[in-house]
Amino acid sequence: MTPQEIHARLTERFGDAIGPWTEPERGDPHIAVAPGSLHAVCAFLRDDPELKFDYLQLISGVDWTDRLSSVYHLMSLSHGHGVVLRVDLERGNPRVASVADLWPTADWHEREAWDLLGIVYEGHPGLRRILLPEDWEGHPLRKDYAAPAAYHGVTNA
Amino acid sequence: MTLLTAPRPDTLRTEELLVNMGPQHPSTHGVLRLVVRTDGEIVREAWPQIGFLHRCFEKVAESVTYAQVTPYCDRMDYLASMNNGLAWCLAVERLGGIEVPERAAYLRVMMAELNRIASHLLAFGTYALDLGAFTPFLYGFRERELILSIFEKISGGRLLYHYPRLGGVARDLTPELAGEIRAFIAQMRRAWPEYNELLSENQIFIKRTANVGVIPAAMAVAYGLTGPCLRGSGVKFDLRRAKPYSLYERFDFDIPVGEGIKGEVGDCWDRYWVRMREIIESLRIIEQALDGLPEGEIQTKVSRTLKLPAGEVYVPCENPRGESGYYLISDGKTSPLRVKARGPSFNNLSITHALVRDVLIADVVAIVGSIDIVLGEVDR
Amino acid sequence: MESTAADIFLQRVLGAIWPGAQTMPAWLGYSVLLLLGAALIIGWMSLLALAWTYGERRIAGLIQVRLGPNRVGPQGILQPLADGIKLLVKEDVVPAVAYRFIYTLAPLIVFVGALLPFIVLPFSERLVISNIELGLYFVLAFEAIEVIGVLMAGWAPGSKWSLYGGMRLAAQMLSYEIPMGLCALVIIILTGSVNLGEIVAWQSRDAWFMEHPWIFGWAIFRSPAALLAFVMFYVGGLAATKRAPFDLPEAESELVAGYHTEYSGMRFAFFFMAEYASMYVICALATILFLGGWHAPIPRPELAADASLMEIWSRLAAAHGAAGTGVAGKFGAFGGSLIALLTDPGALKILLHQTFGVVNLLLKTFLLYFVMIWVRWTLPRLRIDQVMYLCLKVFLPFSVACVVWALIQVVMLG
Repeated sequence: MTPQEIHARLTERFGDAIGPWTEPERGDPHIAVAPGSLHAVCAFLRDDPELKFDYLQLISGVDWTDRLSSVYHLMSLSHGHGVVLRVDLERGNPRVASVADLWPTADWHEREAWDLLGIVYEGHPGLRRILLPEDWEGHPLRKDYAAPAAYHGVTNA
Repeated sequence: MTLLTAPRPDTLRTEELLVNMGPQHPSTHGVLRLVVRTDGEIVREAWPQIGFLHRCFEKVAESVTYAQVTPYCDRMDYLASMNNGLAWCLAVERLGGIEVPERAAYLRVMMAELNRIASHLLAFGTYALDLGAFTPFLYGFRERELILSIFEKISGGRLLYHYPRLGGVARDLTPELAGEIRAFIAQMRRAWPEYNELLSENQIFIKRTANVGVIPAAMAVAYGLTGPCLRGSGVKFDLRRAKPYSLYERFDFDIPVGEGIKGEVGDCWDRYWVRMREIIESLRIIEQALDGLPEGEIQTKVSRTLKLPAGEVYVPCENPRGESGYYLISDGKTSPLRVKARGPSFNNLSITHALVRDVLIADVVAIVGSIDIVLGEVDR
Repeated sequence: MESTAADIFLQRVLGAIWPGAQTMPAWLGYSVLLLLGAALIIGWMSLLALAWTYGERRIAGLIQVRLGPNRVGPQGILQPLADGIKLLVKEDVVPAVAYRFIYTLAPLIVFVGALLPFIVLPFSERLVISNIELGLYFVLAFEAIEVIGVLMAGWAPGSKWSLYGGMRLAAQMLSYEIPMGLCALVIIILTGSVNLGEIVAWQSRDAWFMEHPWIFGWAIFRSPAALLAFVMFYVGGLAATKRAPFDLPEAESELVAGYHTEYSGMRFAFFFMAEYASMYVICALATILFLGGWHAPIPRPELAADASLMEIWSRLAAAHGAAGTGVAGKFGAFGGSLIALLTDPGALKILLHQTFGVVNLLLKTFLLYFVMIWVRWTLPRLRIDQVMYLCLKVFLPFSVACVVWALIQVVMLG
């Protein structure tokens, strides 16, 4: 199935929770999903026999300066098709449901997005920092992040 | 495991021990830290702790030009530098609509496959080292050295090559070097059975790896495993075939999968054996690339301060360890808005906690070794 | 204690030149001789450790398609010396949480434990420090002392990796003592002796209807039980000396360096030398028990039953003794008797006989040692449960079967 057909199936099933289809000039298309329905959409994508997205390639957090996004690259090993989901989140309070219960691989990806961008994945089994030390302050991949002057006596000069 | 039952609590006081395996430990392949809860020789649970090698790649990439990102990508999985550089170039080229000359694409394939062999040879050696056999390591290095000298002649580097460039490759293949590659293929074919005599068919090696660390296919897919780890579990998935890039659709090769020859499908031996057979398949691809190498340019003109149109792209590539790709978002400026590196080791490693349960300490080493991680890419 | 040779030397050789030696208290003479013997053992052991580290590294290089050390001295022959100096001058690091007393004591116990078997380990029928009747028991008993030292070394530094190494070693070494002991028992049953010299003598006596059976007198050719026992003894010996594929107590990819993780410098060198010494003991013991010791393959000149080097020497000393006066003269007389001894045809025959014996023994010992190196650089390491399985479920029943077989052979066939 092409991403457009998948978009049609999702719109049919979830209605307003799915954003309108836009074909980009260059690069990959994506499907916008409302934060509240993400988990249901993902569960549907995974379990529907015609879609069967059994493989989550990656989750990336993105800072667009006005909002944050959590982007999901999905692929179906049995059908060979892929799709990109994007959830736009409020910059002040970025919260979205965790999909770690659907794909265990999401565990580390969500921890990384929390660590570097501060996106809160609700229902995650243990949302801790993963790449940075536990006591690090701030989320470095945010565009307004200012590097600290020193960390445990190691200066940034 | 029936041999090692716990003593009766009323006769002997026993305690579980928390041990740090790493970040400085001989068998964690870099700076992986495994926090291990042990009960005598049995490991009850293991938590991998990563990030010791974090180099802020994604943050850095947001402030340099597209061409300047390439060397950083080389350093992600430093044992498969060619493949990583290629993945980045493909992402930029797809978003920028840059055409790559056919000869360059062939050269990229050739070098990527050579690098795959080099990486698998190292994996072969270090895995033997993990299991206490020192000699296979040096045998692996004997052939790997030939590849490195080929790389040195074509790129100037022996570990980090910066060979694939945006829109082409750095240097052309000379006829002498082509001869050298052919000589290497012949030598590798001679040496391969030697490796198997030394290690693959060794009874102790089989006893140590068969039925150890079994990953069922469904679990492998759910944890996002790719590369030999996924194929070792019997899933026939290879991005070179599933989503061909850089003209891979033109080459004829088999995808080896785990068949459970020595034990259950998806055990450590299967993962090891998939790597060994991939060496032979890579040789086939290199041979075809040499035979069909078209004449022509090796580089299209690409501006140094390349501006990509706004948009996003993700091109997954088959790295020696699995799916490696860069999720690239551009907002039309000279540097990317966001780059997210998806490395196979990061995902493959995440299965460790689920896999290392109630096994012996020696098995932890065998399992982590069979996943074949490179921390440079896990920590980024 | 074998006292005749020492007695003759003290009383009659020295006595003929320095009459005072005859009136010297017996304990003093023996003490001096024993100290000399101890110096010889330590010297021999250090030499072995030096030569074998070099040999091992060169052979490993050969096996691993590389060169091995070849820079220090001609062909790198001085490399072990350089390493020894490095170990000597290295900083001695003691972990802050270590039990200092036990920590310090452990390498010494290991070293001494590895040294003691040399007291009874013969090089030929006459070249032995102390030819005690229970020689075999002595060797097996003192090999086991090492376990205590290594356990202490595992416990004392307060490191978890060391503890694991010590634990593994205790389990492994003590388990393998049992089948190894049973394998030695096979030889005891066949020969009817626990004296190492007597065991070798038995192997040179008539077998297979030959008066001089050459290599066919060896225990392994005389009984299938002994052949099987030899294999198990040797493999068990690999386990008891912690050599690959049984090097779990110091498995670097699992336990960093096992029980000697926290030891450096000379303390580490003690463990290291002890390992090489016990490797020699195992190889030499296997040669003596199963491969005919100093007997064959090189044929040795026939000796009369009463041929004695000391007897000849005392005769020569008596002839030279009167010649010298003063300290220089006495030494001259002693040296003269020594030179006369070395040119005496009877003495030369004995010396040749002994030398060929030593060469025979060392030849087979080094061959076994070479196989140890070969195995080490070829095979991967076993897992602890596999090591214990091999010992308790394979070696133990088979070694018991060997003992039974040997009993039947002795009782039924005589």
